[in-house]
Amino acid sequence: MIISAIASGFLWAVLGIGLYLTYRILKFPDLTTEGSFPLGAAVAVTAIVSGVPPILSIILAILAGMCAGLATGLLYTKGKVPVILAGILVMSGLHSVNLFIMKRPNLSLLNQNRLFDYFQGLPNYYNVVFVGIIVLVVLIGAILAFFYTNLGQAFIATGDNEDMARSLGIRTDNMKILGLVISNGVIALAGALVAQNNGYADVNGGAGVIVIGLASLIIGEVMFKDLKLGERLCTIVIGSVLYQLLLLFVIQLGFDTTYIRIFSSTILAICLMIPQIRRSLRLGTLIGKGEKA
Amino acid sequence: MSTLLKLTGLTKVITNQADEDNRILDGVDFTLNEGEFVTVLGGNGAGKSTLFNSITGSIETTDGSVVLKDKDLTKWKEEKRAGLISRVFQDPKMGTAPRMTVAENLLLAKLRGESKTLKSRSLKKNKAAFEEMCASIGNGLEKQIDAPAGQLSGGQRQSLSLLMATLTRPDLLLLDEHTAALDPKTSKKLMELTDQIIKEKQLTCMMITHQMEDALVYGNRLIVMKDGKITLDLDQKAKEQMTMKDLLRLFEEENLTEVL
Repeated sequence: MIISAIASGFLWAVLGIGLYLTYRILKFPDLTTEGSFPLGAAVAVTAIVSGVPPILSIILAILAGMCAGLATGLLYTKGKVPVILAGILVMSGLHSVNLFIMKRPNLSLLNQNRLFDYFQGLPNYYNVVFVGIIVLVVLIGAILAFFYTNLGQAFIATGDNEDMARSLGIRTDNMKILGLVISNGVIALAGALVAQNNGYADVNGGAGVIVIGLASLIIGEVMFKDLKLGERLCTIVIGSVLYQLLLLFVIQLGFDTTYIRIFSSTILAICLMIPQIRRSLRLGTLIGKGEKA
Repeated sequence: MSTLLKLTGLTKVITNQADEDNRILDGVDFTLNEGEFVTVLGGNGAGKSTLFNSITGSIETTDGSVVLKDKDLTKWKEEKRAGLISRVFQDPKMGTAPRMTVAENLLLAKLRGESKTLKSRSLKKNKAAFEEMCASIGNGLEKQIDAPAGQLSGGQRQSLSLLMATLTRPDLLLLDEHTAALDPKTSKKLMELTDQIIKEKQLTCMMITHQMEDALVYGNRLIVMKDGKITLDLDQKAKEQMTMKDLLRLFEEENLTEVL
């Protein structure tokens, strides 16, 4: 059970990393997530069922997610639609897109090849862990490499101080679109991986995932502060695994999984409030050090 | 002396909720020659910052044109104009990226106006030069080269902003009360540094200030704005003859005492 939770943690960490690019770097929550995550699942599962090799299905899912991010980005920057609303519009529209892709609300991968089957030599769940590690290493490596290019620095600067970025000639609108495209590509990748692990794609599979993604992010941040970008991306993985273990623990306690989402929200709410609680109680050292004001 | 900047009939009208037109800039005609360092005085709401925002393209003007070095910038976006015009803001927080280090900020400034590609940022290669640059200011900035800009003091942040604004030699430097948020001593040092850099790099500069003394001491031309218009334009000779007393009297006559 524990190894299965760890495996899930690795796959869901991909979602946390995707969210990090918008929520922390560009500093806005991107609600497209709840549409691009099931989009990735729908595209990957439909592709596999139609005979596409799993590895290729993943790439198709990423491309689909990028298109979703592009739609939100264009609405936001060119259409001047507030970013939350732009995300909601695309998320809502994607529900129909996902139905159109799958032609039904739920599609199973029963008796189909999955990405994890490339490593059949490994015992159950360990192959998922293995795939998760490979994906995370490649993903974190690629994102770090991007951050340390001129383009990546301009992207970070846009989120850090948009006025300054523009006054230095950085095309901030393009940077925001770029961020949304990459982020939603990564989120769709997460959707594709999780769907293959679950063995199905569901058109409603995106509901509440932004909470799960943010939870891994925030758990990592609450535990470790003042880190470099690379270390920060690794703490998202740790946060995600911890979150899945916590979930497992609660289920073992006999919590009805039907009502699991209130638990997810509560965890995230508590983690978001920890800096505030620490400050008012002056509990400097209880869980790491308090975040700076 | 060749003309660098030419503003013709620059106008900004904002319609308020009562449908009344408010002319923040009222047909400003202004020519700036290469090598001039103009100090800009004027009360609150005189249109000084709006004038700067119109030149940099941060706001869209209602009418008029901005021509820099024979290029008509009127329809250029702010990001494109930024390749030619750099600016230091009043608020120390505005000119630097707080989570990026001093060196990373400088690197961004070095690439001013260039299109950003997937080329490696080559921070190491530039670091020695950046350190030397910071050390030349003499406020310990070089020791903080790897610290996030958000951890710097206000004075250090403003001097970093100034370095960033002048790192590539801009055609035009705009200083918008860039010393106003600092304590008197730090403010004086930054003003001296500014003057030194402008002279060394022979920059053309416009500086908004509320310090009448600075307006008289620094620069070689002085303009006064009121109600969206330039009401006084003193060349170097007239400016040199001007004393604080004259300027004060002038402002009292014009009923502009709120400047002080």
